[in-house]
Amino acid sequence: MAAHTGTQHRQELSNGMLGFILFLASEVMFFGGLFAAYFIARADSPTWPPALPADKLAAGVELKVEFALPFIATCLLVLSSVTIQFGVWAIQKGDRSALIRWLFISIVLGAVFLTMQMYDYSQLPFRADDTVYGTTFFTLTGFHGAHVAGGIIFMTVIMVRSMAGQFSASRHEAVEACSFYWHFVDIVWIALFTTLYIVK
Amino acid sequence: MSSIAIPRPRTYERPVVLDWLTTVDHKKLGILYLYTTMFFFFVGGTLALVVRTQLAVADNSFVGHDLYNQIFTMHASAMLFLFIIPVWAGFGNYIVPLQIGAADMAFPRINALSFWLVPPAGLLMFSGFLFGGAADAGWTAYSPLAQRSGTGMDLWIIAVILLGISSTIGAANFLVTMFRMRAPGMTMFRMPIFCWTVLVTAVLQLLATPVLAAALSMLYIDRNFGGAFFDPNGGGNAVLWQNVFWFYSHPAVYIMILPGMGIVSEVLPVFSRKPLFGYKAFVFATMGIGGLGFGVWAHHMFTTGAVLKPWFGFMTFMIGVPTGVKIFNWLGTLWRGSITFETPMLFALGFLSMFLIGGINGTFSAAVPVDFALHDTYFVVAHIHYVLFGGSVFAVFAGFYYWFPKIWGRRLNERLGQLHFTLMFIGFNLAFFPMHLLGLEGMPRRIATYSDSFNWQTLNFISTIGAFMIAVSTLPFLVNVVMAFSRPKDQPNDPWEANTLEWWTTSPPPVHNFDDVPEVHSERPLFDYRHGSAASH
Repeated sequence: MAAHTGTQHRQELSNGMLGFILFLASEVMFFGGLFAAYFIARADSPTWPPALPADKLAAGVELKVEFALPFIATCLLVLSSVTIQFGVWAIQKGDRSALIRWLFISIVLGAVFLTMQMYDYSQLPFRADDTVYGTTFFTLTGFHGAHVAGGIIFMTVIMVRSMAGQFSASRHEAVEACSFYWHFVDIVWIALFTTLYIVK
Repeated sequence: MSSIAIPRPRTYERPVVLDWLTTVDHKKLGILYLYTTMFFFFVGGTLALVVRTQLAVADNSFVGHDLYNQIFTMHASAMLFLFIIPVWAGFGNYIVPLQIGAADMAFPRINALSFWLVPPAGLLMFSGFLFGGAADAGWTAYSPLAQRSGTGMDLWIIAVILLGISSTIGAANFLVTMFRMRAPGMTMFRMPIFCWTVLVTAVLQLLATPVLAAALSMLYIDRNFGGAFFDPNGGGNAVLWQNVFWFYSHPAVYIMILPGMGIVSEVLPVFSRKPLFGYKAFVFATMGIGGLGFGVWAHHMFTTGAVLKPWFGFMTFMIGVPTGVKIFNWLGTLWRGSITFETPMLFALGFLSMFLIGGINGTFSAAVPVDFALHDTYFVVAHIHYVLFGGSVFAVFAGFYYWFPKIWGRRLNERLGQLHFTLMFIGFNLAFFPMHLLGLEGMPRRIATYSDSFNWQTLNFISTIGAFMIAVSTLPFLVNVVMAFSRPKDQPNDPWEANTLEWWTTSPPPVHNFDDVPEVHSERPLFDYRHGSAASH
């Protein structure tokens, strides 16, 4: 095997990275399905947000979101995409301690994002069972939040491995895979933020 | 003609059971896939016999109506999610690395994960029978019906998501393997045709299956957390389920048939002693089916009135074009060939004729006005069984008889094979042809019984006889396999004088697959080797 993968097909992209990119393609399709459901629900509804039944109105349910806190959270998540990229550039030059620093900053930013999202959830005047508006909001942001949590675990694993002395200027594939995943999570959030908070 | 030597990896001795439970060898995982999926084929087949017994006579009460709903749901779910889709992963696992001259798949441990998700998912799906009833909303799980089912439905949802993960990561594995690990000289257009069909299937799985996972997640949220995706009372839309479900499940029917077409395209040339007619046309037709497959899902939804009927009708007719190209590929291969009728060839020819009928009766329903008359009748049941049984299952058996000497080093008995084919072919047509007529007479699918006054009993009774004949036809197959296992492993490397690299190595192959591989100059490296020179094209 080594005889004809090592010599014959010497490529920039390793098998592992190619496989990881294909995995990300399937993730794009997963969120694509959820987004499609959101847009179909929104297009089918005579008004958006949809009209609430009388009993929910009486119970104080309101279908509206606050802009300020999620906007700050968005900025922090975008910033974390920048910081992890600095980490990748650092290890490409062989600077492992800088990689550890940048990963730590990215993990903290991701954790702050998640904490802000949870606080935001607790303040919202509607729940997942309050019309398709609530269902799509919590499903889309919830699945994204789960991916943020997964990304934090991913970055933590990479950071622990770096602290154990792994990765170098020539071998740092897992770091790049991790940064691809984190950028993907970031891009999904930008699409979500635009869709849920900005487009009226 | 030179060949390229390959260094031999070290092997480790381990206890047999531990070895099978922890193996990452693509050949062993392939065999595990084949055993597991054949087990579910027999389970699904038994459920089908219960369905046919219940429908044999009018006003029957062999099983209660609630149980009947669970049984036809689990029949389809087992056959589609636990048999047809993973059985191709089984053949693909065993055959693809051998055909491209590789030592294993690109990611052996992910490969093991793909397999080990299947048995627990199967148990989870069937465990519904222990918890107040299995899923009973049909394999399509339409809302609002699926909202009202019991716990079995939730178990079904989780099981199908697990199977989806299995096939998604498996697809990524197949793609990297075929993109990166081909033998020297094997360009993409020298890859064996079975590999090409697995490749296109993997693309469909990678891009369509996650959408099913999204759809199932939404259904789970609706059922358990008060969601309103498919609930009009909360501003949702029941037809949304059909859109997201069929966006996966229509490409999924190509996931279920394309590798079967690949097997038939391996078998026909070998037993006609000719190259596959129009190799490149076949590859492009396969890509065409895969591509068009993403644009036809709403032909399952014409009667909802909520889809653009002329567009989806037109696109569905278009699918007939690449499929027709393939029929001509196969006929052109047979044309003036020195045809011999070994058992793999019998099943391949069975595929060709039955799949053609299934293709044509499917095109009927692509016409919107015809579909309005036939929708949800037994005509549709006839169609799906002509493509998935007459097509896919016949291809599964063609593959079994063809590769059995390679996988197990022993040859199956020809007479028993012929008996198996003959009984299955006749039983299949007896079981499913009458369903066309029942559908035209208006018999709806999924009903638990029917009144004597409709005069549907004669045709249903014939269909039931056919179903039992199919069951009987598997006996010679099982006897054949058991007898083969009692014989010594005496098969030569290439008992069929075939064309592709899996026949270069021993039968069965060693752990590392190849000691050397020949130089590849065409899509038929072994033919080139036998005839002493590279092909001129």
